[in-house]
Amino acid sequence: MTTPIPVGTIEEGVRPETAAPPADRRLRRLLRTLASPGLLWYILFLVGPMVVLVVFSLGRRASNGGYEPAFTLEQFARLGTRWTPFFNTMVMGLLGTLMCLVVAYPMAYFMATRGGKYKTLLLALVVIPFWTSFLIRTYAWVFLLGNRGLPTVFEMVGLRNVRLLNTTFAVLLGIVYNYLPLMVLPIYVSLERVDVTLRHASKDLGAGPWATFRQVTLPLSAPGVFAGVLLVFVPVLGEYLIPVLLGGGQTYFLGNALADLFFQSRNWPFGAAVAVAFIAVIMILILVYNRMTKRIVAQGRGSRLL
Amino acid sequence: MNSRSHTRWIDRGLKAYGWAVYAFLFLPILVVVVFSFNSGRHVAELTGFSFQWYVTAWTDPFVVRAFRTSISIALTAGLISTVLGTGAAIAMPSLPRLVRRSFDTMMNFAIVVPGIVLGLSLLIFVVSATGWLNDWITYLFPDTGFSLGLGFHSVVAGHAVFGSAIVAILVRTRLASLDPEVIEASSDLYAPPLRTLFTVTLPLLAPAILAGFLLAFTFSFDDFIIAFFTRGQAQTLPIYLFASIRRGVSPVINATASTLLAFSVTMLIVASLVNRRRSQQRPVPR
Repeated sequence: MTTPIPVGTIEEGVRPETAAPPADRRLRRLLRTLASPGLLWYILFLVGPMVVLVVFSLGRRASNGGYEPAFTLEQFARLGTRWTPFFNTMVMGLLGTLMCLVVAYPMAYFMATRGGKYKTLLLALVVIPFWTSFLIRTYAWVFLLGNRGLPTVFEMVGLRNVRLLNTTFAVLLGIVYNYLPLMVLPIYVSLERVDVTLRHASKDLGAGPWATFRQVTLPLSAPGVFAGVLLVFVPVLGEYLIPVLLGGGQTYFLGNALADLFFQSRNWPFGAAVAVAFIAVIMILILVYNRMTKRIVAQGRGSRLL
Repeated sequence: MNSRSHTRWIDRGLKAYGWAVYAFLFLPILVVVVFSFNSGRHVAELTGFSFQWYVTAWTDPFVVRAFRTSISIALTAGLISTVLGTGAAIAMPSLPRLVRRSFDTMMNFAIVVPGIVLGLSLLIFVVSATGWLNDWITYLFPDTGFSLGLGFHSVVAGHAVFGSAIVAILVRTRLASLDPEVIEASSDLYAPPLRTLFTVTLPLLAPAILAGFLLAFTFSFDDFIIAFFTRGQAQTLPIYLFASIRRGVSPVINATASTLLAFSVTMLIVASLVNRRRSQQRPVPR
């Protein structure tokens, strides 16, 4: 019979205690140097631009169209003039997120419960489109919905003058199409974690499939749903391409208002103020949302909410 | 009995639904690819197989030049992201709390905030910073005619902010799955820190680092919105495509888009295969 070697004592015996600290310290110093390029890059190209953004938003528009240094809130006082695109963005963002959720939930449920040994493949098939070019995915719908696409097919069966492109419908379709994977993924992950035995137990206790889903599966997947809603809603708010290409100027998002302010009317101080307000709204939304959903999930009230 | 047939119907329904969603995800892209090989111009004219649109697209000097710009931006941004992100991920646990917290916050911010905000803030930052620097350059060296501005470098700067966050996430995940004792063992055996880093830590992290590079590259290669704001005179392929799409749908765009799709999908598959090696390469089973 072999006795286990007392690792601790040997280590202490072999290694003199004074040898460790300098090596550790050197390692720490090395590690800190490793972080510094990244830190520097972030300070220069993320924090720096944010500071300049805030500075610009407090400035004034010079008479020749440039920026005039000032310390005033007058740009923020004019935010109301961009209420329409803001409202539009919020409504479309909510609608788009809701549609994503409706489409994604059964999909995630299918993948998690009926995937079997193909789960990884099913998951990859959802992720792959997401990592291909956003522009090309949006273009695919421009091609399909455009006058020479589906409408010509409709004409063959007698439906004339159907306009699909440049409609609010097209914008919503584009949102669902592009952001669906971001909703499917977290819901799938949370559904995957639901213990199968819980479902079986519910069934054994006499609950039908619907009752089991309603009282067991759905509440347990609440964290995934909450995460997915946030993952979709926030980037949709900053959307620029979809309203331009699929909405054709009919639906005007905040992103388009920002691009116009920076490139067409070239009112940078006001554009900066709109951007600062936009960031603030996003941050507040995320904070409030996280606090709310965390409490709901912690108290197990997911079932009552969903 | 009744309940069982009920379940079977749910089963079938779910399966059908799953296939329908996959069709929804892939058919539009597939249609673009199919019509890139179509000799006719429109959806209604499925007339025959042809490579002509690919020839037209890839002999267009604008497309070729934009492609080159995109590749070199993506390579540069990808490499920078890899170095910065890997360094950050390895260093993160041993940083002082405050630094670690703020670094974390910055990376989360870079990922959460919509790209348009990153783009436009970088735009005004670069324009004001280079304006100020250019004043000094012309003051100090009046004859050089050298000046800084938006372009290649500002696009790379923006892409690397996002890219290094992606790399850091991947490397940190891998790092968390590693046995810390392997690295400790190396330093216990008196290997100098730099040697531990290069012979133990980095090789163990290699799959995640490579996958991170490929993802950062793909992101940069496909990005439209950050480049849209920070490009100056530089023309990337997504920017060029956007301009042509606004002029109208054409089979040449289909051909260009299909080539790009094939390119990104290849990169993705390589990235996931590389990162998959995680399970086979665990050095010390716990």
